[in-house]
Amino acid sequence: MIDVRLIDAPFNPGHFIDAFTRAQPGPGGICTFVGAVRGMGGVQALELSHYAPLTLPGMERLGESAVARFGLLGVLIAHRTGVMLPGEPIVCVAASAQHRRAAFDAVDYTMDHLKSRSWFWKRERRNGEWTWIEPRAEDYADLTRWD
Amino acid sequence: MAVRLVFLGRLQDVAGAAELCVEDAPLADVLVTLPAELALALADERVRWALNGALIGEHGGIVLQDGDELAFLPPVSGG
Repeated sequence: MIDVRLIDAPFNPGHFIDAFTRAQPGPGGICTFVGAVRGMGGVQALELSHYAPLTLPGMERLGESAVARFGLLGVLIAHRTGVMLPGEPIVCVAASAQHRRAAFDAVDYTMDHLKSRSWFWKRERRNGEWTWIEPRAEDYADLTRWD
Repeated sequence: MAVRLVFLGRLQDVAGAAELCVEDAPLADVLVTLPAELALALADERVRWALNGALIGEHGGIVLQDGDELAFLPPVSGG
């Protein structure tokens, strides 16, 4: 199963992981990752914007490519948009496979591609001022691991 | 009339709005009506363009039709 969604309000990753797990026909392993807004460093809020015609279709293709590449039984990609506060989940990725290595690698691959290939723009508020976040060289370097 | 230009990410700040309505016309004619700073930002080679939801590689020769949506997408910083 491929479960890909954009969410515009605070969400509980456990809810989606639980539903994803229950829907599986007995995988050998499920690996999950949850990314959240960092609580340190003076960030008061984070805002993620997207472009509807491209963002979700791109995430769906990413999910399909992860399933094909790692031979997954299923993948879950849930991603927030809108304004988030420190501690709130931003993204949840889960991969199910017959063996653990494929599940670990698929989550890693999916996160690297979400970070630097998916159509999201991020800005953060510090000291009451919003600043757009520019892409980081590390994010592009992470992608080359999968070439 | 009624072509929508959509600005994503930091381009919203440059444009002063998330969207702008312009006349249907050849794109080159539309771009010269925009503030110079915005036109320059849109022409940055790292900015991708999407016409009616599909990424386009070539910018030349585009004629915007009534109802079109042209989005300008700066480098992503998501996840």
